Amino acid sequence: MIRDPAHWSVLAVMAPLVGALVALRGRPVALRAGLLLGALGSGGAAWSLARAVRAEGPLVYPLAGWGAPLGIELLVDGFSVVMLAVTALVGTGASYYATAYFGDLSEASVRESPAGRGARYFAPLWLLLWASLNGIFVSGDLFNLYVLLEILGLSAAAVVTLAVTSKATVAGMRYLLVSLAGSLLFLLGVALLYIAGGTLAIGTLAEAGLEGPLPLVALALMTVGLAAKTALFPLHGWLPPAHAAAPAPGSAVLSALVVKGSFFILVRLWVDLHGGGTREALLLLGFLGAGALLWGSLLALRQRSLKRLIAYSTVAQLGYLFILFPLLYPVAGGWSADAWAGGVVHALAHALAKAAMFLAAGSMTYAVARDDIRAISGIAHRLPMTFFAFGLGGLSLAGIPPSGGFVAKWLLLRAAIEQGAWGWAILMTAGGLLTLAYVLMVLRHALDRSETPPSFRPAPRRLEWAAMALALLAVALGVRATELIELLAIGSGGRLP
Amino acid sequence: MSYILAWEALPLAIVLSSFVPGIAIMFLGEEDRRLRVGLNIAGATAKLALVAVMLVGVAAGREYAWRLEVLPGLELSLVGDALALLFVALSAVLWFVTTIYAIGYLEGSPNRRRFFAFFSLCVTATTGLAMAGDLFTFVLFYEALTWTTYPLVVHRGTPEAIRAGRTYLVYTFASGALLVLGAVWFQVETGTVAFAPGGVLDPEVAADSAGRFVLLFGVLLAGVSVKAAFFPVHGWLPIAMVAPAPVSALLHAVAVVKAGAFGVTRLLHSLYGIEVAWQLGVALPVALLAAFTIVYGSVRALGQDDLKRLLAYSTVSQLSYIALGVALLAPVAQVGGLVHLVHQGLMKITLFFCAGMLAETLGVKKISEMRGIAQRMPLTMLAFSVAALGMIGIPPVAGFLSKWYLGMGAIQAGAPWVVGVLLASSLLNAAYFLPVIRTAYLDDPEGTFDDGTGRRGLEADWRLLVPAIVTVLLALGSGVLGGFGWSPLGWTEFIVDRGAL
Repeated sequence: MIRDPAHWSVLAVMAPLVGALVALRGRPVALRAGLLLGALGSGGAAWSLARAVRAEGPLVYPLAGWGAPLGIELLVDGFSVVMLAVTALVGTGASYYATAYFGDLSEASVRESPAGRGARYFAPLWLLLWASLNGIFVSGDLFNLYVLLEILGLSAAAVVTLAVTSKATVAGMRYLLVSLAGSLLFLLGVALLYIAGGTLAIGTLAEAGLEGPLPLVALALMTVGLAAKTALFPLHGWLPPAHAAAPAPGSAVLSALVVKGSFFILVRLWVDLHGGGTREALLLLGFLGAGALLWGSLLALRQRSLKRLIAYSTVAQLGYLFILFPLLYPVAGGWSADAWAGGVVHALAHALAKAAMFLAAGSMTYAVARDDIRAISGIAHRLPMTFFAFGLGGLSLAGIPPSGGFVAKWLLLRAAIEQGAWGWAILMTAGGLLTLAYVLMVLRHALDRSETPPSFRPAPRRLEWAAMALALLAVALGVRATELIELLAIGSGGRLP
Repeated sequence: MSYILAWEALPLAIVLSSFVPGIAIMFLGEEDRRLRVGLNIAGATAKLALVAVMLVGVAAGREYAWRLEVLPGLELSLVGDALALLFVALSAVLWFVTTIYAIGYLEGSPNRRRFFAFFSLCVTATTGLAMAGDLFTFVLFYEALTWTTYPLVVHRGTPEAIRAGRTYLVYTFASGALLVLGAVWFQVETGTVAFAPGGVLDPEVAADSAGRFVLLFGVLLAGVSVKAAFFPVHGWLPIAMVAPAPVSALLHAVAVVKAGAFGVTRLLHSLYGIEVAWQLGVALPVALLAAFTIVYGSVRALGQDDLKRLLAYSTVSQLSYIALGVALLAPVAQVGGLVHLVHQGLMKITLFFCAGMLAETLGVKKISEMRGIAQRMPLTMLAFSVAALGMIGIPPVAGFLSKWYLGMGAIQAGAPWVVGVLLASSLLNAAYFLPVIRTAYLDDPEGTFDDGTGRRGLEADWRLLVPAIVTVLLALGSGVLGGFGWSPLGWTEFIVDRGAL
């Protein structure tokens, strides 16, 4: 069928894109078909590319036969594959959830009810978002990355405004503006790099070995732009209102996946293009990550809205991904395989767990028709499976075994202790405890039977199952991560020490 | 080949025998009572049978090990050796009786599905950490035990229960974080996380960087000491008493507190090695801490009027016998400590079963309400009294053997002060248990005990009474038949003589 494995990377982008076009038709069957196409195409592509990368190493594929420096290059390595895979899993879960969240998706509801109309817009927007994410993971070209980043930002901001409240509109607008500013900075950096290196292919640029101040300025600009899009402290202000206002399946993909898209590009820049940069710059990223971890967790503890709490938790958890940078390069020219594996596993575990938590929170707020931590008191007895999914996701987030989060924590701690970086080790341990504090705050309310919520409507089973499946995947990652870590070592991430 | 593989997987099968029913129960409806009970009993029976098979195999010199690589270089490793079996057998037996007790106790109350699901998961974590073949696996199950127990502690959902659950989690998760940090550090320092009889630490390496290894020991000890309820981090245990009686029984006899005591044993014997621990000077502080906790717990138990609180402080005290024994450099003392893991479990679970029966049948929760209660519930109070006498150390109940071996071992190890601690503790045990027995037997009842049902025949639901009688007979039997090889004492001697500790 598809002979050249690199064609699968094209499919990863095309399948959700075609799905989006199908879903634009707006009929219930078209919405379902579009989502199914996106899920099957992405899943199949991730699976096949994983096999190909394991067998042959990183794939570089000139699109339409035009190679670098003229044409557009696709680049698929172990890191790309695991990100594609987790996107396929979370995306499938969120899509499945969406088919029940916006009403029963009948011909009438899609046309008449406000919720049903939400589904009509959610499906194509989310599929467009999915296509751009997959595109980012397989791009080896900076301009291409810019275009995809722009599509990602636009579709993500649009998903936020689907909730049709004034809050959502404001949050979505703000998100859009930050996102545009970030993209512009990124584009500026891309232009500077082109002047310095004469090409936009990451591989060729890296080989050229950029010298002088121009590439450094470019790197700084692009980093600021991407940090804003990743909501790195102190540029995180836009994230909590946006992620909290979006409809639940939207919140899940925004928090789990979209912020990882810009993180992915940051890794491409710092690791693949620049080979680590300077110690001071890496430490700065690490310190900002530490600030995110502490500040995000403390604010999460102060929230009354369940979805905002989870959104602040995203701000905090993204901190770990930046603490990763100083740990990756213990000395100039060194490379810590433990830190690399731990950091990426953390990103994957966070994606699964956070999506599960947002979906579970969506079911809870659906059931009590309010987004308030106190309103869900006693919900553990009404929606036990949702409660359990939220709990498992939260425990994985805090690094409590068995879970992907625990495996990630072990690896990151090992990297830190091996390097004698006790400050990072203690910070990460404290971060885990802070995470527990806000997760347990929610669980405690959910278990409290002293007050029962005033209103309650049962959540559709499909909502409960989707959250549970993702939470179980986060746990499964902690039972068997060997293949994944081996895969991660292939290609870009696996620069040999 | 497949025959061998099947035997290798025996430890996994033992873990799964409670994991699978636990998960299955979670997906049942709240009203599927028969199926739920069936799954519970089937799981508990299967676990007993599998453990029996493994006991026979290990006695014949066979070793069972099952491994799954989680990360490159780190594996989930379940090993069924003699030491693991001591703990696994205890949990399998007590899980079986507690399951029956819990079915009777919770009859008709809400949320039984969640209760029994987590009940099974809690035992899964306990057997998993009992058979952990390395520190990584131990930490994994140790932390899993924390969160699988939480829904049981807060089961009633009252504000008091929620508060107790919070205290429990603050203590256990904070110490768990230290344990993880220490475990990773141990791996970085020594390059391994494996458990081995006699320890994995090279004495010369340890001597060279003694300061670092002492600090590391401190971190790991802090990690396990909360569950072992050492002073001053025992505070969660009396508060966690708000849980339903079968949970308290399981918590105090098998699951959480034994995980801590077992962790101390693993730390001293399987990681550092007891000789290296003494050479580094870290074993003596453990013994002193345990000795202080023994006396402290007993003093706090004095004058408690709430029966369950009294039992909780008694657990704080009795638990430290285990740590005290295994920290001494004499095989006989180590036998005394280890065997108390089983003996304390049998006696303490009996006491909690009885306390639960008094509360459930007559609503009696305070000692001051127990005047003459033996007339109304003779079998319950008989079981209670025998177990309490065992706690004091009166022969022929099992507790006597523990104390005897501990005392002899202490003299061998050149630590006669331990004998003083034992004597003081026994006197204090008598001082808080004997008044309870006297009140129940000799005082005149204040009125008639009436449970309002006008029930005749058995003094309590048979599902509550029979487990208590079974466990008290086991406690008695372990004492009387201590000379036989298959008694807990015999098995413990087998472990220590073989150098399997």
